[in-house]
Amino acid sequence: MDFDDTPEEAIFRREVRAFLNTHASPKSPSSRGLRRRFIRDAADLAAAKAWQGKKAAAGFAAITWPKDLGGRGGTAIEQVIYNQEEADFDVQRGAFEIGLGMCVPTLMKYGKPQQLKRYVAPALRGEEIWCQLFSEPSAGSDLAGLRTRAVRDGDDWVINGQKIWTSGAHFCDFGIIVTRTDPNAQKHAGLTFFFLDMKSKGVEVRPIKQISGAANFNEVFFADVRIPDEQRLGAVGDGWKVSLTTLMNERLAVGDNTGPAVEDLVDLARGLDLDDAPALRNGAVREKLADWFVQSQGVKLTKFRTMTALSRGQTPGPEASITKLVSAKQGQDIAAFAVDLLGMAGAVTDTELSPMHAWFQQAVLQAPGLRIAGGSDEILRNIIAERVLGLPADVRVDKDVPFNALPTGAR
Amino acid sequence: MNFDFSDDMKLLREEARRFLAERSSSKQVRLVLDGKTDFDRALWQSMAELGWLGIAVPTDFGGSDLGYEALCILAEEVGRACASVPFSSSVYLATEALVLAGTPEQKRAWLPKLVSGKAIATFALAEGAGNPSARKIKCVERDGRLSGTKWPVADGAMADFAVVVAQSADGTPSLYLVDLTASGVTRAPLQTLDPARPHFKLTFDSVPAERLSLDGRGWDNIVKFIERAAIVMAFEQLGGADACLASATAYAKERYAFGRPIGSFQAIKHKLADMYVGNELARSNAYWGAWALTKNAAELPLAAASARVSATQAYDFAAKESLQTHGGMGMTWETDCHLFVRRSTILSGALGTTSFWKDRIVTSLEMRNAP
Ligand SMILES: Cc1cc2nc3c(=O)[nH]c(=O)nc-3n(C[C@H](O)[C@H](O)[C@H](O)COP(=O)(O)OP(=O)(O)OC[C@H]3O[C@@H](n4cnc5c(N)ncnc54)[C@H](O)[C@@H]3O)c2cc1C
Repeated sequence: MDFDDTPEEAIFRREVRAFLNTHASPKSPSSRGLRRRFIRDAADLAAAKAWQGKKAAAGFAAITWPKDLGGRGGTAIEQVIYNQEEADFDVQRGAFEIGLGMCVPTLMKYGKPQQLKRYVAPALRGEEIWCQLFSEPSAGSDLAGLRTRAVRDGDDWVINGQKIWTSGAHFCDFGIIVTRTDPNAQKHAGLTFFFLDMKSKGVEVRPIKQISGAANFNEVFFADVRIPDEQRLGAVGDGWKVSLTTLMNERLAVGDNTGPAVEDLVDLARGLDLDDAPALRNGAVREKLADWFVQSQGVKLTKFRTMTALSRGQTPGPEASITKLVSAKQGQDIAAFAVDLLGMAGAVTDTELSPMHAWFQQAVLQAPGLRIAGGSDEILRNIIAERVLGLPADVRVDKDVPFNALPTGAR
Repeated sequence: MNFDFSDDMKLLREEARRFLAERSSSKQVRLVLDGKTDFDRALWQSMAELGWLGIAVPTDFGGSDLGYEALCILAEEVGRACASVPFSSSVYLATEALVLAGTPEQKRAWLPKLVSGKAIATFALAEGAGNPSARKIKCVERDGRLSGTKWPVADGAMADFAVVVAQSADGTPSLYLVDLTASGVTRAPLQTLDPARPHFKLTFDSVPAERLSLDGRGWDNIVKFIERAAIVMAFEQLGGADACLASATAYAKERYAFGRPIGSFQAIKHKLADMYVGNELARSNAYWGAWALTKNAAELPLAAASARVSATQAYDFAAKESLQTHGGMGMTWETDCHLFVRRSTILSGALGTTSFWKDRIVTSLEMRNAP
């Protein structure tokens, strides 16, 4: 057992470091609160695109992808090494995770060679951004309950309906979409998968204001939008299978703790006075810190185990769900605990006045999203129980019933 | 990055698991639980023959010299089987103390006997309630003679000698090797929550004691010694936690209520998913400990404390919730759930409780993140 880089990995890490040192500035304790994880405005978007362009030019944009598609042809471990190193730098994120982590990999599995040639490289360079049009008002956890219709018309499909919670749709160029093509079939059987140009006629994107006040996700309406059959991914009726490819990648792509971490709380507690002593000396604070440290260390080390499995040629299974299940809740809990420690001042979100640029306060309103997006806590527990432990599936009332005969609620 | 056991180690684990499933079934554990015998002697002898009692002992002294990873793996399987043997006391506490701090004569005198199962030893730290601390140690050594009382001491009656923590004449706590068959030693059995692992009160009245010389002197070095054992104990706890998860999962698939397996109810599923998550986090932290132990890494204190807290939390949750999953059956003497509730409880308290280890975690973090 060791955590050491192989000689090749060590060389790669040095290359990555050299690249980052030249093109980005390291995170400092004072910049810690200002993690640039979300795209708030045009300036953020421009910064994210510029950074992506530099990564692509240096060959770090997609380390495991094949060279002929613009990737590096490297190993999963190298990708992890890159991520580890980049995490120490203050770079703008929040624009490409979904596209490069989920959408383009799905395209790569089901697209035609000329489509890959056309779309993959610009996505890698950050010139074109992709979004995931899966969820609908009546289909979230139960994705296969979606209603957006696609009807064949000559060489095209005509799309009508609505998607919701589409992160980044307001700045995206392309999207992947699951639609219902056969409402008479059982619900998982009547789906078909496409990609489309977000500038297509009939697509309307309306940002949704989130609890934080920002608008990172959207409603997307489709009125007689035409998608060429060329842009179908997978067979007609195989949309569910194709979606699973996306969702498998989602589990690998999301899951890192984007909320405040144990180290942030240590920093806060060190500088904070509680009952006339540093909060770090307080027994209740120490207890919490230890719990969260053990948990986050457990998650980090579990990922190392997954990486080891990868490097030994095994495929990581649904065990990877642990990461998001634990980290999302922990981020939320740390934020709440930190705000509580601040007493009345915990309510103050002024970035000049509040410790660490009100990072914890912001997190109170960001963290809940991570417990919902990409498989809610409850869904992840179901997955672990059924696919890892082999417990029986829920009793279902929606099996063996045509989609259009299923009961629906008022919401 | 190579953060998993090697194929050889995994093979050892498979062998150990198969062997213990057969040789340390709950029927055998219950012989000790019910007071029919003081520990599973036949199992202990077989473990000696397999080379397990000297798994990390140099071959010069008859050991198998397979290293700490192998020791951790065996501890995990002993924990899974809830075995009634003095594995912690004798193998990863007393034997380790000798390997680390014994003089060549002490090693020659005892290690071959410990490895072959001819001798058993234990570790005497606690003096009543509370976490280990220098101030708590009232046992004293003067002119090579040790006096005081230790309780509870696991396996105190079957052990030939004990490694005892006592204050030396210069006021620093040290480890002493004490022959328990010497006159002046009284061993009184204690009733405990886990009769399958007998505990005793040991009284020393001016008993000959030889000092073991750890690398340095004083309490910090004793804590360093305890840290190493805590990592191995985390594996023992992890094995137990996994056994609880396996038994709860199996029961949830078989037991029907309201016309369906109880494992199809989300309240049960989510509980078992949480158990799985807790065990996996504990496993990862334990592996970190095994790595630190093998490499004698600078992070050993933090890794040991993390392994220990994580394992204690996982085992505690798994033992309780496995019983809960079994419903009324879980409350019966006949069902095995209580064996694990008992074992998880006594292991949490051995070698410092969670509060002790949590404090050490934060102390490490304070130093690590110091501005
Ligand atoms: C910040 C954010 C970004 C997102 N970005 C995107 C995106 O880019 N593209 C996209 O397509 N979607 C996106 N989503 C949508 C996300 O995938 C869904 O919100 C999620 O799948 C939950 O679906 P829902 O909102 O319909 O909630 P519901 O499915 O209605 O769930 C409501 C509650 O019921 C629980 N529940 C539902 N089913 C079960 C069950 N079987 N067992 C137990 N409990 C259950 C859920 O856990 C939840 O607590 C985003 C969501 C968020 C919050």
